[in-house]
Amino acid sequence: MASTVVHWLLDALFILTLLLLAWRALASTDLFTAIVVFIGFGLMMALVWLRLRAPDIALAEAAIGAGLTGALLLNAYAKQKRTPGEAPSASTKPESGREHVIQFVFLVVGVMLLIPLGWAILSLPLSGEGLRSNVEQHISLSGVSNPVTAVLLNFRGYDTLLEIAVLLLAMLAIWVVSAHETPSTRIQPVEFSALWGLSATLTPILILTAGYVLWIGSNRPGGAFQAGALLGGAAVMLILSGYTFTMKPFWLRLIVALALLVFIATGAALTANGAFLQYPTEWAGTLILVIETAATVSIGAILVLLFLGRRPDDLPANKKTDLVHSDKDIP
Amino acid sequence: MSLLNGASAALITVGVLFFIAGTMGLLRFPDLFTRLHALTKADNLGLGFIVAGLALYSGSWMVTIKLVLIWCLVMISSAVASHLIAQAALRKGIKPWQAP
Repeated sequence: MASTVVHWLLDALFILTLLLLAWRALASTDLFTAIVVFIGFGLMMALVWLRLRAPDIALAEAAIGAGLTGALLLNAYAKQKRTPGEAPSASTKPESGREHVIQFVFLVVGVMLLIPLGWAILSLPLSGEGLRSNVEQHISLSGVSNPVTAVLLNFRGYDTLLEIAVLLLAMLAIWVVSAHETPSTRIQPVEFSALWGLSATLTPILILTAGYVLWIGSNRPGGAFQAGALLGGAAVMLILSGYTFTMKPFWLRLIVALALLVFIATGAALTANGAFLQYPTEWAGTLILVIETAATVSIGAILVLLFLGRRPDDLPANKKTDLVHSDKDIP
Repeated sequence: MSLLNGASAALITVGVLFFIAGTMGLLRFPDLFTRLHALTKADNLGLGFIVAGLALYSGSWMVTIKLVLIWCLVMISSAVASHLIAQAALRKGIKPWQAP
């Protein structure tokens, strides 16, 4: 009885904190505060996922939702600040009539989204099996014993394939729009020897942990996205402490596209004796591990490149298609 | 409740008290540097006590090793992070608070 009350109080505390943090992240006019609150929101969300007994999502939320997204947002904030003009702020100008119209349109769209979503959630059965028994029945065919990995990499392999493609596309989009950046908008490494020491200490540990998380994914919470986020985080820390990665353009592109290439090649090779991405049971475990390893490397690289927010130096903009703008910064 | 469970509960309680003290410092101290001091010192020690309590409660060597590893990693990263924040503040020209 007492434990029910404690759980109830804990859940109420979680919900209130999440709502408060979400409101503060949206409402604060200082962008830096908003970003810091958003990172706090991500960490809180990870705790809530743990409480909902979804450690896989909790890991991904903590690593990507709070960690790397936070670094991305802070980086974007710093870039905005370095461009000429006053310090960035969410609302410096008094609101005009046009802004009111835009706000109204957003409000209408938001309500229109809220109603069907709310209806969908409220119409769900309060306690249901969902597809759990289906997954549990067929898990022996999947080649892994962690149901989340079985769903992500086997039963719904298509979804994961497309997710990786979306990540790659996002990075390519950044390369396209950021081809004309100036050195003033680049990441300034922090000149602080203790940070270098921290990076040197943590990088081997993070690589080891990424390998562990990748390997353990077959029977316990873990997998390619979490492991890739750890690798990406290590690289972001190295970049911030002044380390520069140099890599031939070809190899960089290969690493970034590796996951998608391996995934599609595996799927295509399997079409000979079945459907696309339908693994034979005796090979399923090995194939999943191969795909996940490639995905870890690619996801890590893509996350770092998203953080960099620009085309790497050794991939200069293509001069032939670059007639409109002149790149003065790239020699 | 066995003696071991009692000991672990006591250790965790002490750890939580350190966290409360650190949070009080964060809210009450006059400037950034003193607040960092309160947070990093008290929270690292508090986490140490909580880790010790949880290690006793788990009763397993593997879990204990992992918990101690977490404690060490948190201490290293919080030490560096607090120095980074303090140094950034100094470079920005924020003067440390002095008793009036």
